[in-house]
This record gives sequence, structure tokens and C-alpha cells, in this order.
Amino acid sequence: MHEWALAEAIISAVSEVADKENFKEVKSVLVLVGELQQVDREVLKFAITQLRPDKLAKTRFIIRVVRASFTCKACGHKWPFRESVLQDWVKEAIHFVPEVAHAYIRCPVCGSPDFEISGGRGVWIAGIRGER
Amino acid sequence: MFDPRISIIDDRLSTIDRVIAVVSGKGGVGKSVIASTLALLLAKEGFKVGLLDVDFTSPTTHVVLNASGLQPIEDKGIVPPEIHGIKYMSLVFYLGNTISPLRGTELTNILLEILAYTCWGRLDILIIDMPPGISDLMLDMLKYVKRAGYLIVTTPSKMSFETVRKLIMLLKGLGAQIIGVVENMLMSGSTEYIRREVEALRERYLGGIHYDTSLEESLGNVEELLKTGFALELKSILQNIIM
Repeated sequence: MHEWALAEAIISAVSEVADKENFKEVKSVLVLVGELQQVDREVLKFAITQLRPDKLAKTRFIIRVVRASFTCKACGHKWPFRESVLQDWVKEAIHFVPEVAHAYIRCPVCGSPDFEISGGRGVWIAGIRGER
Repeated sequence: MFDPRISIIDDRLSTIDRVIAVVSGKGGVGKSVIASTLALLLAKEGFKVGLLDVDFTSPTTHVVLNASGLQPIEDKGIVPPEIHGIKYMSLVFYLGNTISPLRGTELTNILLEILAYTCWGRLDILIIDMPPGISDLMLDMLKYVKRAGYLIVTTPSKMSFETVRKLIMLLKGLGAQIIGVVENMLMSGSTEYIRREVEALRERYLGGIHYDTSLEESLGNVEELLKTGFALELKSILQNIIM
């Protein structure tokens, strides 16, 4: 699953910050997952549990999904991703590379493919709480 | 907030001995054919080779390789499919024949996504076919794939070299490794202009490849492609440099 690769990236990034900040223990990590990428939260959580090093064994990983939305650069219209009706294979393509959305989604008002993913894209680490 | 993808890129590329980006200042100089043919030649020589098409809005290497009907496998990341002995990755797997008009930030995001989540496995050489010019993706490559070497392609045209000159100056200024310059599409009346200009910049002029009328017809048929004068000249130019 792609979620395993996402988990690896999250663990690598958290470990890097923990080392840089000289954290003795990382208490919690807040991970934001964009709705657009349709990440399976349970699989991601499981992958993090399986892949994390001893140093992060007690860390609480909080995973929140952020709603995805678009803003048309041609007419300014804003709309949520959940209004898009997409075939499964398109959803799968967007799961791997979210920007592929530009090939399959159009602004519902003016039909332009020139829109911005104004929220809910990719995976972000929003906060790391640790103890020195 | 920070992006975890950036932390994993070096790890993902750590199984690759050498990264070569094929670049040019302008489009239409034969960069994608050179990148694809170079990958084919290396695979034929027994190297473990990968080819990544980073020309996201206008990918064409799949045409050279006739790579239709392929799909990456999802296995703890994205595992590129293999064709003609090359591990091959292109956005075309996800776009099909649709058009994908993309702005700079989106191009950067795609590059990060592919670099962070593609599992190449052990490779001797990864060839990257870059889009023309020195905008977003070139700057991203310089930022995220610091150990890439750059193989520069130009035509004999002064216009083509004018943009290549800027590319060389950018790469030199940032301390990137320049492998050298290949002059493609040499015509019968071509001069020594490009060689002189490259050497004046203290870079390596690797050689010229003559315009080959049989090349177009061979695209998509790799056996025929490797028999063309184009492929033979490319091989002889790069034999001692890359192979």
C-alpha cells in the first residue's frame, strides 16, 4: 500500500526533528492528511505502528483528515472535492499523485482545468510535542 | 507545518549509484529521445537502469519506448514497471491521453511525490528526462537531487545554444556537476560554433550526432531505434563517459 511509503516519510521526518530538537521523548505528533489523496487512515496508522523505531515507540500519532477544496483561477469559483464524481481508477490515480486531479476535474462553473488545490492536499506534519 | 516527503527523498535515492539528468535550454532538441536511447543502451550493456520522465505536462519518453499498457505496482510505495530492461516511471501512467495543464507549484508537488514514494530498488544509473528551460522543475532538481549530473543537449542553432549558455551558467553557479554538452541534429553544413562556445565556457563538448532521417520511423520500435545512426553515434559519444 502507498500508505506504507507515507508512513516511512512521516517517521523519517519526525525522527529528524526529534534529533534536531534533542527530544528525549516524542510525546505526540499531529499528522494532517488531505482528503484529496484518499489515504486509508487505519492502514496509515497501522503502518506507522509497524515501522516506527524504538525511540518513537510511545509516541501518540494523531491523524486528522482535512477536507479538500478547489479554487478556480479562471473565474474564482470555490468548490469542495467531495462534489466531484470520479471513477475508481481516477480516484486511484489521484491517490498516488494528487495533481492528476487537474486532468480529470474541471471547474463546475466555467469548465477550466486551471484551479488551485486550496486545501486538503497531501500529508503534513502539523505539530510535534516532545520532552528534552 | 512541514512536508514529510522531503525527509525521505535521499533515502529513496540511496539505492541508486548515479543520477543523470538530461537537460536543454529549449524544447525540440531531442532531449527525450537521447534520454530514452541512453537508458536503452545502458540496459543493453547490462546496467541496472531507471528512466524517469519529469516533463510532466508533455511527457514523450513512453512514445520512444512504446510503453503502453504499463502500470506501476503499489507495494509499500510505487514500484515502477519494467520495459526493455528499464525501470520506467512517467506521469503518463496516471494521465493516459488526458491533458494536464499545470502551474509551477503543482509541478513541484508532483516531483516531490514521485521522488518520495517511488521505490526504484538497486540501480546503477537513473536517467531523468527533464523539461526544457530553467524554471521550476530545474530549480527543484537542484534543490532536492543535489547529486545529479547534468547531460546537456543542444542543436547547432545559435538560438538553442543561447538558452544552453544560461543553463550552463546556472548549473555552474550552483556548483552542479555538468557531464558535458551533446550537439544533436548536426546538418551537413554545421560549423564548429557549438564546440567553440562550450569550450569557451570551460565545459566539455562531448560530440555531435548527425540528423538522422530514419530516427522518426524507429520511435516506438526499440530494436530498430538501436540500429539507427543516431543511436550508434550517441553510444560512441557516451561510451567512455557514462557506460
